[in-house]
Amino acid sequence: MLGYFLRRLLATIPVMGVVALFVFSLLYLSPGDPAAIIAGDLATPADIARIRTKLGLDEPYFERFGHWLAALAHGDLGTSIFTGLPVAHLIAQRVEPTVALTVCTLIVTVLLAVPLGVLAAWKAGGWVDRAVMAFSVLGFSLPVFVFAYLLIMLFAMKLGWLPVQGYRPIEDGFWPFLRHLVLPSVALGTVYMALIARITRATMLDVLAQDYIRTAHAKGLAPGEVLVGHALKNASVPIVTVIGIGVTLLISGVVVTETVFAIPGIGRLTVDAILRRDYPIIQAVTLIFSAAYVIINLLVDLSYTVLDPRIRY
Amino acid sequence: MAAVPAEAALPARSESPTWRRFKDAFRRHPTAIFGAVVLVLMVLVALAAPYLHTVDPQALSPIRRLRPPSAEYWFGTDMLGRDVYSRVLYGTRVSLTIGIAVALLATAVGLAIGLVTGFVRWADAIVMRVMDGLMSIPAVLLAIALMALTHASLGNVIFAITVSEFPRVVRLVRSLVLGLREQPFVEAATAAGTSLARTLVRHILPNTLAPLLVQATYICASAMITEAILSFIGAGTPPNIPSWGNIMAEARSLFQIAGYLILFPGAFLSLTVLAVNLLGDGMRDALDPRLARRM
Repeated sequence: MLGYFLRRLLATIPVMGVVALFVFSLLYLSPGDPAAIIAGDLATPADIARIRTKLGLDEPYFERFGHWLAALAHGDLGTSIFTGLPVAHLIAQRVEPTVALTVCTLIVTVLLAVPLGVLAAWKAGGWVDRAVMAFSVLGFSLPVFVFAYLLIMLFAMKLGWLPVQGYRPIEDGFWPFLRHLVLPSVALGTVYMALIARITRATMLDVLAQDYIRTAHAKGLAPGEVLVGHALKNASVPIVTVIGIGVTLLISGVVVTETVFAIPGIGRLTVDAILRRDYPIIQAVTLIFSAAYVIINLLVDLSYTVLDPRIRY
Repeated sequence: MAAVPAEAALPARSESPTWRRFKDAFRRHPTAIFGAVVLVLMVLVALAAPYLHTVDPQALSPIRRLRPPSAEYWFGTDMLGRDVYSRVLYGTRVSLTIGIAVALLATAVGLAIGLVTGFVRWADAIVMRVMDGLMSIPAVLLAIALMALTHASLGNVIFAITVSEFPRVVRLVRSLVLGLREQPFVEAATAAGTSLARTLVRHILPNTLAPLLVQATYICASAMITEAILSFIGAGTPPNIPSWGNIMAEARSLFQIAGYLILFPGAFLSLTVLAVNLLGDGMRDALDPRLARRM
């Protein structure tokens, strides 16, 4: 078990290595001279040359990559071109809304999608099943921001039930915090929910056709017990896998959702950085989100042994 | 006497089992037909955009800005007085071009790399690590990062989205090839002295085409959404090209007073993506009847 854990951990190193190389190459290839930008308008060529040497911009590719990795290990994500502030500091300021939004979405979505998928498989061919399947096709086809605007127009502008845009930190009270998260979470979670419901249904259909399910029914277990205790338990590995892989949908969606709902999170920071061509920020956000994705899927892999005792490494 | 059964057998033979499976599946899946019809309509709209009662999508008319939909301006006008109906119709061209171009490119590149990695052991380890790395960067962020490096142009958008899509094709092709290479007919080809290149092209490639076609459809749908997202956040198609994402991007600060600027391009985008997805589902069911009952 410990051996598997270590091997799985080692396997993430080449993946993160590729991500790091890609992200570093972005900065390496980015147009514009960071030294000239830092030196300012009144700098002489000699000043710029001095800053170039100080920043190590004259070094060859792999040497610069090494320095960049070393700085990264010390938590140094570079300096924002536009504001001149450390990128790590800028991101730290924006982490809270993004984490609140994604975690809220993740929990609500999984809690809704899995029971829906189970129900659809249990009553296969029934109206719940049809509704879930229709929802999963529509969910995949409706772009996040189009759906987000539809939600705002209906629930915020027309009915006035919820705020149009904005974010309230949890310190301002739990109720305002929640009210501002409802629409963004629904918009962000729809594709993810469609994916999970679909896979849950497909896996459950497979499991429900197994002999041991018939046995469980035959020995007189309540339908609920069979569904949750026998079927869902055996279907859990593929479902959890998709929950992990689907996080990439949440991450991509967060950039758009924060833009539509004017939430001051990391996604909004990224969009502002695109407009200002602030490469260090774009690069750092790409790195952080990819690392989050790799870590979540590492945890998913490790959870298999807990979910299915037959899996032994 | 002998001629009669031969004649009777002819029409049956002209219809291959795959084609018949296709037709059966489409009969059983009216949604796939709906998808195909909508898609054909969209292609026609894209081709005939100049003749469908449209005006120059770039023509400014500051006096007539932000007019709501009316008999004169079917979809209203934007903040520069441009006719939204014309812009949305011309936008069909952009979305379809990007969707189809990315689907073709990503499939071609993924197929080439996947075929080789499935057969050449040492290449497999390296290439698959790179693909794993690329796939762990969320698609939209990968495309954003690439677009930030270059200037906005249609070609660059296609390139950026292709880079974020093709690793999945490599994955798929590789897994198919790994299964196929153990098949007796491949072994027979190798034993008969067929070269690796010829085995790949003549024996492996034809067997990967059906699943690839389905995958390409989904890539097309996903590429159209990614283009809209990129344009919406200002990292996509150049603003002077009327794409659905661009029209909606311009409405970002105006949606409370001019919701139609979002609704019309949004409806066209959603409908087109839905059509492509339904078509893909139909083809998937046709090609894998076992899967069809489950998904």
